[in-house]
Amino acid sequence: MISALLVMLGLALALGAALGAASVLFRTQGDPLVDKIDAILPQTQCGQCGYPGCKPYATAIAGGEADINQCPPGGDEGVRKLADLLGREYKPLNAEHGVEKPKAVAVIDEATCIGCTLCIQACPVDAIVGAAKQMHTIVADLCTGCELCVAPCPADCIAMVPVADTVDTWKWRYPVFELKPVTHAPAKEAA
Amino acid sequence: MLRQLFSFNGGVKPDPNKGASTREPIARLPLPPQLIIPLHQHIGGTPRPLVKAGDRVLHGQRIGAADGNVSSAVHAPTSGTVVAVEPRLMPHASGLSAMAVVIEPDGLDLRVEREPFDWHAATPGEVRDHLRDAGVVGLGGAVFPSHLKLSAGKAGSTDTLVINGAECEPFITCDDMLMRSEPLDILRGAQVMKTLLAAKQVLVGIEDNKPEAAAALKAAAAELGDPALDIVVVPTRYPAGGAKQLIRVLTGIEVPHGQRSTDYGVQCFNVATALAVWNALERGEPLTRRIVTVAGNVERPRNFDVAIGTPIGFVFEHAGLKPDTDKLIMGGPMMGVPLPGVEAPVVKATNCLLASSPALFPPPEPEMPCIRCGECARACPADLQPFELYWHSRSRNFGRAQEYHLFDCIECGCCAYVCPSHIPLVDYYRYAKSEIWARERDKDAADSARERFEFRNWRAEREKEEKAARLAARSAAKPVAKTAEVADTATSPADAQAATPAVTDPKKALIEAAMARARAQKEAAAAKNTDALTPDQQAQVDAAEARRKRAADLVAEKQAATAGETATVSPDAPAPSPAEPGDGAR
Ligand code: SF4
Ligand code: SF4
Ligand code: SF4
Ligand code: SF4
Repeated sequence: MISALLVMLGLALALGAALGAASVLFRTQGDPLVDKIDAILPQTQCGQCGYPGCKPYATAIAGGEADINQCPPGGDEGVRKLADLLGREYKPLNAEHGVEKPKAVAVIDEATCIGCTLCIQACPVDAIVGAAKQMHTIVADLCTGCELCVAPCPADCIAMVPVADTVDTWKWRYPVFELKPVTHAPAKEAA
Repeated sequence: MLRQLFSFNGGVKPDPNKGASTREPIARLPLPPQLIIPLHQHIGGTPRPLVKAGDRVLHGQRIGAADGNVSSAVHAPTSGTVVAVEPRLMPHASGLSAMAVVIEPDGLDLRVEREPFDWHAATPGEVRDHLRDAGVVGLGGAVFPSHLKLSAGKAGSTDTLVINGAECEPFITCDDMLMRSEPLDILRGAQVMKTLLAAKQVLVGIEDNKPEAAAALKAAAAELGDPALDIVVVPTRYPAGGAKQLIRVLTGIEVPHGQRSTDYGVQCFNVATALAVWNALERGEPLTRRIVTVAGNVERPRNFDVAIGTPIGFVFEHAGLKPDTDKLIMGGPMMGVPLPGVEAPVVKATNCLLASSPALFPPPEPEMPCIRCGECARACPADLQPFELYWHSRSRNFGRAQEYHLFDCIECGCCAYVCPSHIPLVDYYRYAKSEIWARERDKDAADSARERFEFRNWRAEREKEEKAARLAARSAAKPVAKTAEVADTATSPADAQAATPAVTDPKKALIEAAMARARAQKEAAAAKNTDALTPDQQAQVDAAEARRKRAADLVAEKQAATAGETATVSPDAPAPSPAEPGDGAR
């Protein structure tokens, strides 16, 4: 009896010490929860969630200030993932912040561009190249489709063009099957 | 020498249906009126086009250059004129188009000067570059660039070279006929590969339903007298021609999930690839033709020697497509993909063109729920649990599907073949795989966007600090007469814009002025540097034009939509300038 108690006590002490040591030895930098949330967010950096970028929104979610359904680019799936991660109830996207849209990239009409650099300043991910009074161009691979450059352009020369599928990015569709209506008695009667 | 054979788990025995297309020898298909040669026919980077519309090309001329090392070149199969370099329908289940070089043959079939290449004297690296530039890729269907598989790696790391002549899928007989007609050159190609890989033995695996091909190869091997060559007849069971399955049968090596056969010292090539290697090295002939089996619902099933780029409809014409055909398939009935149309061309991956009819392949029975009978797991040659893969793919639980080794699935279709519930299991796996790839692409894009966003924030922070420091340094200095300057620039060139009364902000004034200049310039502007472009530049220019046009259309649309609003709500706001003066919506 005594020995059993002693064994349990010894175990409790040893494991407690190990846990304590681990928490000191393997302390993580930064807030791991914010990083986990940020990893789910699409990094479009569009600000539709009401925060100046995905990381600030992640911080706000982690701090309990923001709800999980404010990111339209992340869409329904993003909300579900956040709900999973945080153990919360799923809720549909809050329409106040916008709706989910197919991915598009910005295209500058290079003939109309006056080289004002306003779009470069607006782009959160440095996807626009150009210099003052020079024609600007958007690097399509870098553009996240945040639309932040569209409004500042005084010449109205930026348009959002949906990204078309190519042979390499095309996805097999979810298998769907036509449900055959059950045909019984009427067919026989006709015959 | 009698070799001990091994066996793989699972597999099925569908009706081979190979008799019809092996009755007659390979026929050389005439050239079609137009060849459509896609630039991207292999795994890896898309080749850069080297020709443009209007160019004359010769037989064997390189028309697309490999983009980096993980890529392969493409060549013109005959001489003629390039009529276009444009997106064309691809033989791909998506029904999408991709860049292709369209050539109108001139019937002369003039060849490029063949550069003699002394591969005996060349270093292995040079030989690999030569193979890449000759466009040699795996012809069994995977079209992986062959030169990448031919590095010896660490000395002696490859022990066995397996040449795959099993051709297990029903209806397909192109390798069979090739082995019958070119056994000697296939084996010579295999010998070259053996040298490049520094392998000790070459095992050629052939299913026992191809006795003629096996006999031809055995005779050729005897003629060559190479003791390292061994022609091995293996039992017929689908999919004995899967790389891992054939390796297992021939060597007994079981390659674990998630690993490659090369980790176990075995490399595997298709027989047609061996021949292509020989042709490229010894004859200096790039890969411009391949053998294609035309079978199924056609009058004259047969194997054709087809120029790559020949429209599929042209091939079927020669085989006599029957009128009740309801579907065309590239590949066999087990692993083939549906073709979107007869305009799509034959590519390097096209081993078989199969016409289907309701009589030949009755429509699938309705899908029923999985009863977890385990039939599929018994049939799976990759030792997977298909019903688990199906379950997780179906519920979009892709992480779990990957834990069950989704990517070890070779999409052989054995599981769907035996499933008593008629579940199209492979469709679910294809769906899950492409979703996972898309997610990985999205994730990479998001990671790079995050990095750039953080870098930009850091830069903004630094600039702010620097500016603060500068300001502090000259805090007492002069108030600049900036406003006067600005007013000057604003008024002088802006004759049209001067009438706009609402311009007060100096910055806005600058922009308005610039816009006026831009408009004036545009009137006169016509690009002067567009003569004598390389096809590459021309393609880029075309792409930019297309983008611009799309953008202009969209802007016009948007303006049409908002025109009414703007006019009524804010009459004195600076007028939004139309993208195209004169043809705007108002
Ligand atoms: S709404 Fe935009 S900025 Fe906010 S989290 Fe989503 S993508 Fe990021
Ligand atoms: S180019 Fe425009 S739409 Fe694209 S990321 Fe930059 S600001 Fe956003
Ligand atoms: S064979 Fe079909 S029904 Fe049976 S376990 Fe597999 S998927 Fe389910
Ligand atoms: S298709 Fe995939 S899961 Fe099905 S039997 Fe073949 S390898 Fe196994």
